[in-house]
Amino acid sequence: MSKSYMGSRTRKKDWEALTTGQPVYTDDIAPVGCLVVKLLRSPHAHARIQSIRTDLAMKVPGVVAVYTWEDVPQERFTLAGQTYPEPSAYDRLILDREVRFVGDPVAIVAAETEEAADKALRLIKVQYELLPAVLDYHTAKDNETLIHPEENWHCLCPVGADNHRNLAASGSCEEGDVEKAFAESKWVVEETYHTKACQQAMMETFRTWCQMDAYGRLTVVSSTQIVFHVRRILSNALGIPKSRIRVVKPRIGGGFGAKQTSVSEIYPAFVTLKTGRPSKIIFSRYESQIASSPRHEMELRVKIGADEAGNLKAIEVYTLSNTGAYAEHGPTTVGLSGHKSIPLYRSEAFRFSYDVVYTNQMSAGAYRGYGATQGIFAVESAIDELAHKMGVDPAALRMQNMVRQGDRMPAYYGEISLSNTMDQCLQKVKEAIGWEEKYPRRVMPDGHIRGVGLSLDMQGSGISGVDVGSVTLRVSDDGGYTMLLGCADMGTGCDTILAQMAADMLNCPIESIAVLSGDTDASPYDSGSYASSTTYITGMACVKCCKELTGKILSYGAEMLSCQPEEVEFDGEYVFKTEDPAQKVSLREISYKAESGSGKALEATASHYSPTSPPPYMVGAAEVDIDPETGKLQVVQYEAAVDCGTVVNENLARVQAEGGILQGIGMATMEDVIYDQKGRDMSNSFMQYRLPTKEDFGKIHVQFCPSYEPSGPFGAKSIGEVVINTPSPAIANAVYNAIGIRFRELPITAEKILLALNEKDGK
Amino acid sequence: MEYPITFTLNGVKRSVSVPADRYLLEQLREMGCKSVKRGCETSGCGLCTVWMDGKPVLSCTVLAVRADGHQITTLEGLQPEAKILGGYLADEGGEQCGYCAPGLMMTLLAMEREYPDRAPTEAEIRHYLEGNLCRCSGYESHIRAAVAYFQDKREVK
Ligand code: FES
Ligand code: FES
Repeated sequence: MSKSYMGSRTRKKDWEALTTGQPVYTDDIAPVGCLVVKLLRSPHAHARIQSIRTDLAMKVPGVVAVYTWEDVPQERFTLAGQTYPEPSAYDRLILDREVRFVGDPVAIVAAETEEAADKALRLIKVQYELLPAVLDYHTAKDNETLIHPEENWHCLCPVGADNHRNLAASGSCEEGDVEKAFAESKWVVEETYHTKACQQAMMETFRTWCQMDAYGRLTVVSSTQIVFHVRRILSNALGIPKSRIRVVKPRIGGGFGAKQTSVSEIYPAFVTLKTGRPSKIIFSRYESQIASSPRHEMELRVKIGADEAGNLKAIEVYTLSNTGAYAEHGPTTVGLSGHKSIPLYRSEAFRFSYDVVYTNQMSAGAYRGYGATQGIFAVESAIDELAHKMGVDPAALRMQNMVRQGDRMPAYYGEISLSNTMDQCLQKVKEAIGWEEKYPRRVMPDGHIRGVGLSLDMQGSGISGVDVGSVTLRVSDDGGYTMLLGCADMGTGCDTILAQMAADMLNCPIESIAVLSGDTDASPYDSGSYASSTTYITGMACVKCCKELTGKILSYGAEMLSCQPEEVEFDGEYVFKTEDPAQKVSLREISYKAESGSGKALEATASHYSPTSPPPYMVGAAEVDIDPETGKLQVVQYEAAVDCGTVVNENLARVQAEGGILQGIGMATMEDVIYDQKGRDMSNSFMQYRLPTKEDFGKIHVQFCPSYEPSGPFGAKSIGEVVINTPSPAIANAVYNAIGIRFRELPITAEKILLALNEKDGK
Repeated sequence: MEYPITFTLNGVKRSVSVPADRYLLEQLREMGCKSVKRGCETSGCGLCTVWMDGKPVLSCTVLAVRADGHQITTLEGLQPEAKILGGYLADEGGEQCGYCAPGLMMTLLAMEREYPDRAPTEAEIRHYLEGNLCRCSGYESHIRAAVAYFQDKREVK
């Protein structure tokens, strides 16, 4: 009876509030008069606090409390938002006597006003004993300086972590006879690639406010992707039971994985617990740049061998990852650098090994792509190098070797690729960019040189066997529904997407479904919105939940019609007898009946997890324009084709893709977290850390090549992360095709291009 | 040191006393205009855009005392316009997290006033919006929405 929402361009459910500027974000709804929380941060990369004087700071009018390492619980925990037991080591304290990077918190100040808090910060006197700092991650493993020598450091999972070797993780895996496969290869490339730390730079910085509720429980309102994990993290950090904590997420001003780490919550939570007063912390942009959760810097050594005919024989990847001062997301991101790059191709054998090292730089975290971005840059650059060595078209080499539907993917935990249109994606992208005409390069009338390059790409859909999504649906007494979700719409539109699915399943207009998401007291358990899981995992929970609820509606309706549930149908509005549709009862009547003298609640909850994580696939192609006089690089055209399974909402999928691609272009061409010799982050504002603007690129164009994923809701997979991976390799490959210079380190800036051009010309 | 100032906020005359070093951004948020957002400390994101006497300014770099005697407009004062323009953005899915949306709206509505008798071209829109950062959308949806909006407005006029 009602229209289908699948594949539609339905507006986001929150569009009006967002576009008219309603107060729906964390700071907009903070209690008036809450304490302002600020942090004193370490000026040193590695030091031990010898003494710390807070008496002067405490005398500032309006200052309510100053806390130091002596005031906080001494049990270690991790801030990584991961399912228990977390693979990231328990290596944090709220405040530690040893500070491990420039920006590591030293003291917490709570004051009535921002001015008072700032003044207090200046009056805290700290004496540091400087320790040698590990600032080059190549020297971190087995360095005599240990980042975490402490006794109570511990890791819950066997991830190869060892604090006496500065290792947050290490390991390897392989299948097939790698040595033999390389020995039999006619063509072999072996190169090392380097990707830098990048900031998610979501427009809303980290922020949280807290207050005690009427029952003496701690309420935490935070801009987070992971309400349930935050509850556990706070319970660990504060040493209070989870039942005393409620975590709520309002609208979020962007996340991209940054808010999959509990960056800001522990400080106001500690203050409110101690003082009993509401408090809030708002990270400045500066703090969000220097003490947050950026992408792991990685160095990847890739070796690929192919036989005479161009069939790949073996792929080997070794990744050295820099997790910084804390292990957050270190053991898991590194895994994706191999497990989501090597399986792009069929090959007889593979080997993947890695070390994740601690250093005295800010802790890395989760950033969209989560290691796959780094791995794909390396592997997709190396494939191009192989093609050039062999003298074949890189597009043809990819077409010949790419993973196809039905293939087993040994490096992807042995999963089968059940839905895969990457070959069509490649075809479409080649046509759209004009590969045949433009490859490899064109010299333009103005002397600029243009080159094209491309890249294959994959990601996952949720963490197989771990991520849990849940949905609760209630019939409200006017015949509408309330949908409770534990996932976090951070702008991605998942509240809308899940409502679309429910509307299709329940045969009702989307307006009939009210959504409430991200409240640990009200929502059913959901691991959170990360790892590209929500559409695929929570989506399936939504489908199950709708089926269960429909069953209840049918049986209740049948009871009212004095017949068996098998004899009735539900059209979204009425339950009616199949034999005699005139005998019917409306959902509204059913819901009223359920509320009066009834022992049955018209609601259902369903959870879902998936034993597999079907990869979405994608192909991206860039045309770059290079001014040989200045080295200036511009991406004039970017073409992409995406296989995300069924497209649930065309608008939202497209904007995910466009936004992810531009972030990828930023990573490839300008974004770079830079430290000086003392370990100070020099890219600490939007002046130094430039983000792409509307004028930094020509055109981004996205097409879809939907496959049908049998294990996904309505055939859907994921799209949130896969979209960021292609630009780095596609642009590096395009630059090579344009000027014959291979850049193996990101970002590829005008300066680097100019220097390389001059060197090439012997200038 | 506090200074008494009087200005018109969204059509209503307001008298307040403000510290000399307070920026308009904080002052407006304190006065309930929560649509005004901060994204940076370096006047580089455009999130805090409001109008002063009908012209867009970055409220993070204008001292509150400078509002004395002027007309300040925030998105709270342009609700009907925001809703119409917002519909265009929503039809393209361009309001992702939405954090940049108020600044974008203020800029686009200001642009509309600068083109009384023709629709701006796509290149002009791109250029005009250069100072409005968005980390979510990749901008293409903003451009599509703006082009469609100006086109339709033109037809109505
Ligand atoms: S807050 Fe960024 S420009 Fe004003
Ligand atoms: S929509 Fe999130 S910053 Fe623009």
